[in-house]
Amino acid sequence: MSEQATPNHAIPYATIGTSCQSFPDNDPFLSSAVTPDQAGIILYLGYPHRNDDSKQAILVELHTECLGELTGEHLGEEGSNVLGFARYRNGADDPSPLIELVKQKNSKPEAIAAAIALFESAGLQVAVCNDHLGRIIDRLVRPKYNAALRFLDEGRATQKDLDLTCKLGLGYPDGPIERVVRGGLVHHYNVTTALFEGTGASGYAPARRAIVAAKRERN
Amino acid sequence: MSHSITTIGVCGGGGTMGAGIAIVAARAGFKTISYDRSPDSLASARKQTSQFFDKSVERGKMKPELRDEALARLTITSDISELAACDLVIEAVFEELGVKHALLKQLDEVCPDHTIYASNTSTLSITEIASGSTRPHNVVGMHFCLPAQLMKLVEMSAGILTSPETFKTAWALTEQLGQIPVETRDDPGFILNALLVPFNNDAIRAVEAGVADAGDIDKAIKVGLGYKMGPLELIDLIGLDTQIRLCEAFYGITLDPRASAPPLLRRMVAAGLTGRKSGRGFFNYGSNAMFGA
Ligand SMILES: NC(=O)c1ccc[n+]([C@@H]2O[C@H](COP(=O)([O-])OP(=O)(O)OC[C@H]3O[C@@H](n4cnc5c(N)ncnc54)[C@H](O)[C@@H]3O)[C@@H](O)[C@H]2O)c1
Repeated sequence: MSEQATPNHAIPYATIGTSCQSFPDNDPFLSSAVTPDQAGIILYLGYPHRNDDSKQAILVELHTECLGELTGEHLGEEGSNVLGFARYRNGADDPSPLIELVKQKNSKPEAIAAAIALFESAGLQVAVCNDHLGRIIDRLVRPKYNAALRFLDEGRATQKDLDLTCKLGLGYPDGPIERVVRGGLVHHYNVTTALFEGTGASGYAPARRAIVAAKRERN
Repeated sequence: MSHSITTIGVCGGGGTMGAGIAIVAARAGFKTISYDRSPDSLASARKQTSQFFDKSVERGKMKPELRDEALARLTITSDISELAACDLVIEAVFEELGVKHALLKQLDEVCPDHTIYASNTSTLSITEIASGSTRPHNVVGMHFCLPAQLMKLVEMSAGILTSPETFKTAWALTEQLGQIPVETRDDPGFILNALLVPFNNDAIRAVEAGVADAGDIDKAIKVGLGYKMGPLELIDLIGLDTQIRLCEAFYGITLDPRASAPPLLRRMVAAGLTGRKSGRGFFNYGSNAMFGA
């Protein structure tokens, strides 16, 4: 897990709910939170948010859903002080230091600035994106994991050689198969199912091995 | 019968990949004959090779006497008949089937029956390349990564008619070269490009779709996944025009929509934004900006 500082930030923040995705129980981020009435920023963790214009930012933790599902949408003119965020996590792996911060067209710039400052003061790094399915990382890596799993099925190469190729040839810290399996094939199934349903793009159709894992878990 | 390999030929030795592969072969102790139809390219590759070995000595990676021996083992020629002495020839000529077939035809006339022909192709089929030789059983895929003199990975693949003996000998040779071979089928893009080209296209499509700015996309990939380089920075390095060529090679065969060139990529190339080499691609490098600066 990344080196993560306790936030030292001018704007006090509160957390409502608990999240095993972004901030596991002992995460230092949680210990500096204040009560909601004292807070300028409220983070909703796995808990339905309430609008509050008096706050600088309302940050809602996202999983596979879009921010618009929670805020409502208005013909492309949506946006307020409510933003989405997701701390990127490869399923069962420890959370990464990355926060994907989700904005809408009319999101308040002060809310975005306050959210970035808060997360950065906690030692995290922020990438800002618009409200698209899969945000940045899942949108980009899930089709690659699907392809690697398909190559394995089709006998293009062994798991060892597929992973080694990516590590040696591209300098990745781990190969796609070892990573997707470590993160959980069922997690991959859930993420790709949501992406496939929302986009219809064939690259997101869950790989056979992920379907097998999901069915075995259900049985 | 398997012949032990003592002499290696490199075709296209004046090119980017050929020059690097010749360094690998000579450094590993093989008599190496670097052939190119362009004497100027060969001469400049020879000079760069010498400078590369000098740098290796300076950095303590190579003893001076080993540098001298490696350089002595490496000869250059524009006369293909000199490849008659080769037990294995690695071709790294232009990425065109016709060019590779014409070369194999010449090699068939020059080389002894046992000579193995290894192709460094990135996008063509080993089986299709092999069909240009009267000895398809001697043809094997040996795909080095750029820069070949530094990167250890070699993707190896057998064509439909490649003999197991040829594959085994080429594999052992790759290890003797100090490289790390992986085995992949003769499928478009082998492993590396088959995963990378569509992934890079997806990153371009994310910019096109307004998911995020190029900088945020690369930051997310680097911080979230621990990649050394973001996909858009990497495309700038590869060259946006090269990315189009890769897309055209793969999409034409696979019809995988992820392998097709995104419209934004074509527009950027049309506008002259080909990446680092033009000073601007997804990022702006200024006219003289160097990679890693
Ligand atoms: N550049 C890369 O990143 C890269 C990586 C891996 C594999 N490859 C593959 O390596 C091969 C070469 O690529 P490159 O980038 O080094 O090309 P290049 O253009 O730098 O070099 C090609 C060389 O081949 C010579 N040549 C062309 N036709 C010839 C012939 N009939 N006989 C003798 N010499 C001939 C040219 O004079 C030139 O010096 C291609 O098959 C390519 O797909 C390239």
